[in-house]
Amino acid sequence: MSNTDIIIHDEKDNVGVVVIEKITPDMDCNCWIMENDKSVSIQSKDEIPLGHKIAMMDLNEGDTILKYGHDIGKVVKNIKKGEHVHVHNVKTKKW
Amino acid sequence: MEIPKSFLGYKRENGRAGTRNHVIILPVDDISNACAEAVANNIKGTIALPHSYGRLQFGADLELHFRTMIGTGKNPNVAAVIVVGIEPKWTKRIVDAIATTGKPVEGFSIEGVGDIDTIAKVSKKAQELSMWASEKQREECPMSDLWISVKCGESDTTSGLASNPTVGNLMDKLEPLGVHLCFGETSELTGAETVCEKRGKTPEAQAKFKKTWNDYNDFILKEATDDLSESQPTAGNIAGGLTTIEEKAFGNFQKIGGCQFIDVLEPAEEPTKGAGLYFMDTSSAAAECVTLQAAGGFNIHLFPTGQGNIIGNPIEPVIKLTANPLTAKTMSEHIDVDVSKILSREMNLSQAGDELIKSTLRVANGRLTCAEALGHKEFVMTKLYRSA
Repeated sequence: MSNTDIIIHDEKDNVGVVVIEKITPDMDCNCWIMENDKSVSIQSKDEIPLGHKIAMMDLNEGDTILKYGHDIGKVVKNIKKGEHVHVHNVKTKKW
Repeated sequence: MEIPKSFLGYKRENGRAGTRNHVIILPVDDISNACAEAVANNIKGTIALPHSYGRLQFGADLELHFRTMIGTGKNPNVAAVIVVGIEPKWTKRIVDAIATTGKPVEGFSIEGVGDIDTIAKVSKKAQELSMWASEKQREECPMSDLWISVKCGESDTTSGLASNPTVGNLMDKLEPLGVHLCFGETSELTGAETVCEKRGKTPEAQAKFKKTWNDYNDFILKEATDDLSESQPTAGNIAGGLTTIEEKAFGNFQKIGGCQFIDVLEPAEEPTKGAGLYFMDTSSAAAECVTLQAAGGFNIHLFPTGQGNIIGNPIEPVIKLTANPLTAKTMSEHIDVDVSKILSREMNLSQAGDELIKSTLRVANGRLTCAEALGHKEFVMTKLYRSA
């Protein structure tokens, strides 16, 4: 088994979590989907540190971010597949 | 792994069992702290529990103060209690309630006596109780004598990926053995509140949870000047990769595994519906939450952290686990259990749950937690509103 760079909780999720110290731009990353034990790969566009999220697909303003198979917030700035997903492009739907 | 059937605890007069054998000097109010701390300094084997409140409180806030004081004294990790207050009436109310457990408890008041003579009188009694408690021996107790509370802190995405699910795995394995379990953190279920509500075992438990969360949310909407986005997620959470309160909530929620809660407790309320999982309405501030859970009678605590929360409690041992390999490395003196190998897939969740069960039992049997060894004794009262 090759090393896992990114873990995805649920097959429905559109983001994954970096689990190595950091991934660098243009890196080919191995992703493990916990729910069904499948593997996929993705090429990163940004440097993303441990614990931070990567977009698994292109996302447009207003789209819902799914993690754990659940709605965890909305996209406020378009995001390309492989880019860093965080407070600069995603906001809560609460409050 | 075959789960052990027993641990070595201190059997108490009321049938409960403790994982610790503390003699506590409990001040009723802020102005009695000096006396309580002087006594604990004089008499070895005692600890003072200073705090900031206890004067001119009223209504539900005063009731919570009493419930926290009384519950702390009743906790089975406490062998004996001395209560010190400025005046005798509130002091006696706390003493009488703790006495229902059958453990030694005595009250002293300072008014009309002064600190110096009170310290002398209390020190004599404290010496007697400390020496009495020192003869207590650990005995074999069934696993069902464990009352385990959980709360996570300084969470990051590794909490939701691995350390919180490890606690959930432990819950799934220990719940069938008749263990009492408790989770809290009303604010940090925001975003997952409807999913959490469905985990109530009965329609009553579900309705009670819904009302508790709605009351909390109404309070936030009424009191907040802006919203909670400045404090939920915290700066530490955001540094760790958590983006929204919803993401934090679904991570938090992993701690209860597949368990259903049987009842919803007021802050510091003792559960009365038998073994199983309870939700307690608590703040998500670590020290406040653990203080309330300890006052509810819980005798060992599991605390998953991502970025490295360092909390302890004076009477309830707090076991810390992390799945963040950087935290495990840079803050190793605070981490009791390292489950970061889940992220590199060198360890699976069930193996991590087994490791946590083993560590929990070692601590229940007397091994000091990192927080105990480092002297963490955060005892923080929850206050509902300002005093009169």
